Amino acid sequence: MTLTSTERPAAAPAAPPPPRRRKRRQTWREAFRRDWQLYSLALLPLIFFAIFKYGPMVGNVIAFRRFRPGGSIFGDEWVGFRYIEMFINDPSFWHVFTNTAILGGLTLVVCFPLPIILALLLNEVRKRHFKKIVQSISYLPHFLSVVIVVGMLMQLLSLQGTVNQIIGAFGGEGIPFLQRPEWFRAVYVGSEVWQTVGWGTILYLAALTSVDDSLYEAARIDGAGRWRQTWHVTLPGIRPTMITLLILNIGTFLNVGFEKVLLLYNPLTYQTADVISTYLYRVGLVSNNLSYAAAIGLFQALIGLVMVLSANLISRRMVGTSLW
Amino acid sequence: MVTTRIDPERVLRGPSRGRETRGTRVFGAFNTVFLILLCALMLYPFITVLAQSFSSPGAINAGQVSFWPVGFNTDTYAAVMQNETFWRNYGNTVLYTVTGTAIAMVLTTTYAFVLSKPHLKGRKVLIGIAVFTMFFNGGLVPNYVLISSLGMKNTMWAIVLPGAISVFNLLVMKSFFESLPKELEEAAQIDGLGWYGIFGRIVLPLSKAVIATMILFYSVAFWNDWFAAFLYLDKTELFPVTLFLRNLIAGASTTASEGAAAAGTTTALVSSNIQAVTMILTVIPILCIYPFVQRFFVTGVMLGSVKG
Repeated sequence: MTLTSTERPAAAPAAPPPPRRRKRRQTWREAFRRDWQLYSLALLPLIFFAIFKYGPMVGNVIAFRRFRPGGSIFGDEWVGFRYIEMFINDPSFWHVFTNTAILGGLTLVVCFPLPIILALLLNEVRKRHFKKIVQSISYLPHFLSVVIVVGMLMQLLSLQGTVNQIIGAFGGEGIPFLQRPEWFRAVYVGSEVWQTVGWGTILYLAALTSVDDSLYEAARIDGAGRWRQTWHVTLPGIRPTMITLLILNIGTFLNVGFEKVLLLYNPLTYQTADVISTYLYRVGLVSNNLSYAAAIGLFQALIGLVMVLSANLISRRMVGTSLW
Repeated sequence: MVTTRIDPERVLRGPSRGRETRGTRVFGAFNTVFLILLCALMLYPFITVLAQSFSSPGAINAGQVSFWPVGFNTDTYAAVMQNETFWRNYGNTVLYTVTGTAIAMVLTTTYAFVLSKPHLKGRKVLIGIAVFTMFFNGGLVPNYVLISSLGMKNTMWAIVLPGAISVFNLLVMKSFFESLPKELEEAAQIDGLGWYGIFGRIVLPLSKAVIATMILFYSVAFWNDWFAAFLYLDKTELFPVTLFLRNLIAGASTTASEGAAAAGTTTALVSSNIQAVTMILTVIPILCIYPFVQRFFVTGVMLGSVKG
């Protein structure tokens, strides 16, 4: 995650005017002579990027070509926008699209502000040992495999689990949460909070340390209490971090935790739980309509890209902070 | 990229905010109570799984187990530990983690070193190649087609190669290298050391802390991964332990969802016992290293990623 002052990615240098071209070529040669060892170190990583990152991007052409298992990985014949039209006319696609937007939206709305609040609360703690313990404990869920998280959820939410024990203690009827579509979103977002709230505070806590103490001093002289110091000094101080993280979150908004949904859902909860990525997983890899699924995946990735770019643009225009 | 070095001490101390008044003391007390409750909530899932792993199936069945084992026994541990597939898959996880981390470290450190040289011609393009992949990726299906056509299905390489560079880790490392004093490298150059020499003999020895952090980041990622294995491996003897656990959980949940038939419940509950034990054994390595390394994790994330 590079914040603000990173270089613009892959800005291709504008074509130099003809008289200078010769000189330019020479500097490349010089650069290679001087730094060939550096370039050679970059070789393996570049091969990695070419094969495992850019290879699949190019592989997306199968969204426009008929793909035959065992045939060319880039497909056999052009079919144009056939697969794109197919999913645009597919009601199940729009159903999972809506599910994704709702789940992603809920996650963003709930999981984005909570780490800020927790960071502010932690920031008010004076006893450093206590603060350190709280931090250690709240970071812990971040390091668990999603399989473990889902396993824990299943134990907690089973009919014999703690949540139903509590409901039972109050005389309520047991609820099989994971079999009920109306509970899926709550379960998903709740567990997402558990996993991310602590870890999410790190960047804010770091940003909080860079708020100048003299600003608090000045605010106090102006008669500001604790609350107004937070509102007028602390929050503006961490605003760039907030905006950067918001941009990143918006960009990944449609990639709602695919692995977690895949582990957590079942046919009984498809109605609310099925999202674009799980749908394309079933269509593509379970039912083997690879081209159709690739078309959906490409669409999803492009939306993600457009969303990051526009969030970035908006924040640069409106608040002067951007990722690059 | 701006490198902001964060003083961990400063993070812990927090800002000085003037005199204590009664209002701030009351707030402080509430804050402390709230944070204690929060910690309890954070830890509870671990505790209940631990309790279940030592409880008798009957007690779990009756819904009696919450944070303390009921019908204490270690039979489930014994049963799981006698399971050959479990150990085999556990060994696979270790193998994939070690191999994957080694490959990832070689690729990440070399590329980060190259990117950290401001004078290098074409550096921005090299950075752009990496950063672009953070925002756009090929997607599930093309990745699957690629791995299959490379003949990597049912091999370790399908697990360890695709995740070999995390761009986030790469950028953290790059900004660490940028923060190293230039004078050392210049002196080494005057002494006739090439970039290989500077990298191996000067930069790497100075970067032990960040290297440790990255090793931990990568190992946790490989240790926790299950989806690559789920996609690309069909043979049980190649599975990592996370996939072993996933299959236990999936098996249990289908039994449960097939109805509340009394016949199904016993098997589901025995396996809930076994699930708990498998979960505990899978997270233990992470829990064991966690207290020692979390300081590194935190500084690792903060390093270079903040512009305050």
